[in-house]
Amino acid sequence: MLATLIRLLGDFDLAEEALHDAFGAAVERWGRDGVPANPRAWLISTGRFRAVDALRRRARADARGAAVAAEWEMDRDDDDPEEVEMASIADDALPDDRLRLIFTCCHPALPAEGRVALALREICGLTTEEIARSFLTSPSTMAQRIVRAKAKIRDARIPYRVPGREELPARLETVLQVVYLVFAEGYAATAGPGVARADLAEEAIRLGRLLVELLPEREAIGLLALMLLHDARRAARSEADGRLVLLEAQDRARWDGDKIAEGRRLVERALGAYPGPYALQAAIAAVHVEATDTASTDWPQIVGLYDRLLQVEPTPIVALNRAVAVAMRDGPAAGLALVDALLADATAGAVLQRHHLTHATRADLCRRLGRVAEARAGYERALALAQQASEQRFLRERLAALPA
Amino acid sequence: MKYLCLIRDEEAKLAAMPTAESDAFMERYFEFTQSVMASGQYVAGEALQPAQTAMTVRIRDGKLITTDGPFAETHEQVGGFYLIEARDLTEAVRIAARIPSAHTGSIEVRPVVDFSQPGANAEAMKQSAEAHR
Repeated sequence: MLATLIRLLGDFDLAEEALHDAFGAAVERWGRDGVPANPRAWLISTGRFRAVDALRRRARADARGAAVAAEWEMDRDDDDPEEVEMASIADDALPDDRLRLIFTCCHPALPAEGRVALALREICGLTTEEIARSFLTSPSTMAQRIVRAKAKIRDARIPYRVPGREELPARLETVLQVVYLVFAEGYAATAGPGVARADLAEEAIRLGRLLVELLPEREAIGLLALMLLHDARRAARSEADGRLVLLEAQDRARWDGDKIAEGRRLVERALGAYPGPYALQAAIAAVHVEATDTASTDWPQIVGLYDRLLQVEPTPIVALNRAVAVAMRDGPAAGLALVDALLADATAGAVLQRHHLTHATRADLCRRLGRVAEARAGYERALALAQQASEQRFLRERLAALPA
Repeated sequence: MKYLCLIRDEEAKLAAMPTAESDAFMERYFEFTQSVMASGQYVAGEALQPAQTAMTVRIRDGKLITTDGPFAETHEQVGGFYLIEARDLTEAVRIAARIPSAHTGSIEVRPVVDFSQPGANAEAMKQSAEAHR
């Protein structure tokens, strides 16, 4: 509904306020007169009219508001309002509105960090605080990014539409990043009680399918494959009480066979001579699900794929994951040496120090090497940084299981 | 989430406003309050007496010490507050920007600690400790 209102009103904030007002009106009206035949259309249409009223009220104090309101009056005179309403708020217009919204939020004129933040908030309904946690930054910094990005859209009059075919490839990269981050938040929620937020993961997969349909580029396909292969393991990743289950302990019978089959088919389409980061990550996920258990996993192949991933995406987190794969192939001492080298690096170390997974990984390698004191310190540091209840519980259990 | 919007204004400037202007200013406050009430975002709000009416209270070595006036003398004074309900900080900032004093003074937006959330207390203490490090 928000997506449709943004298209109709051409302004994020106005649309959000309008929706608030419409819900307020609905509580009152529906309680008295009953729920209308098409609640969604009622809300959108009410929100739209309320927005115009609000603009008119504000017009007295604000010249810009007056101009927008006047523009609106003209628009209304041009068309038969009833006809416009029904055509533009039909349910089947919804996917298009979401896609328009994605491309607007990912417009190259916006600063890169603002795009992702805006998309997560406006498309996926995450709060500023949730987004700040997944970016390891403060809510006030994140709020500033979002407010600035919105001001930019308004002031630069960034159009609310899906770009033409010739512009699409250049615009796709940021869109894929946004979809990936939405999935990441759904797959491993940064905060809150549960391990995964299925709604966000499903939303990201739906967006991914939409993009592949619109533009079947290798990386778009690779991203969809990656998301499906990860999501296939969702049911096995946590127990009924929310307890986290590591890959090595997961009941593989609970993996979703359909999603795995679809993901593997897509990986083959996504891998070319020069595979991109999403295709490579999907390939790694595919190697994991092909094995019957951790011991029979083809770790040399996984390390090889990480080597190539590190070339196209040289980030500290990729390097950390590669170290874990090396530890599985060559033993914990080899992995620990790599982790320590990363932590000693000025740039990578600064990023990794703040990440609870770094400390949990290091602690785990120390535990396997019998270096109990270091393992304990690492789990404790990870526990202090972890935001998520099931991860905190997992780390506490690891701590308790260490020999005294 | 609840957020406190702490309103700061220059009292001297407000006091020097011509009547017509200050009436219009109060009218804008009335309209703002009405609109956040209608949208369900209003939790509480009050205007405060001038800062000169303030008393500051401390207990040191078991003794009660009171001083006249606000805790800190700055050119802007706390003049009132709104407690609002917003989806997130971005929405709270946008609501705060509609408070009339945003044009004349400033609005400090502060998230309220939700003690019903597990670990909220520890989290707030940790953030405060980090901020003062």
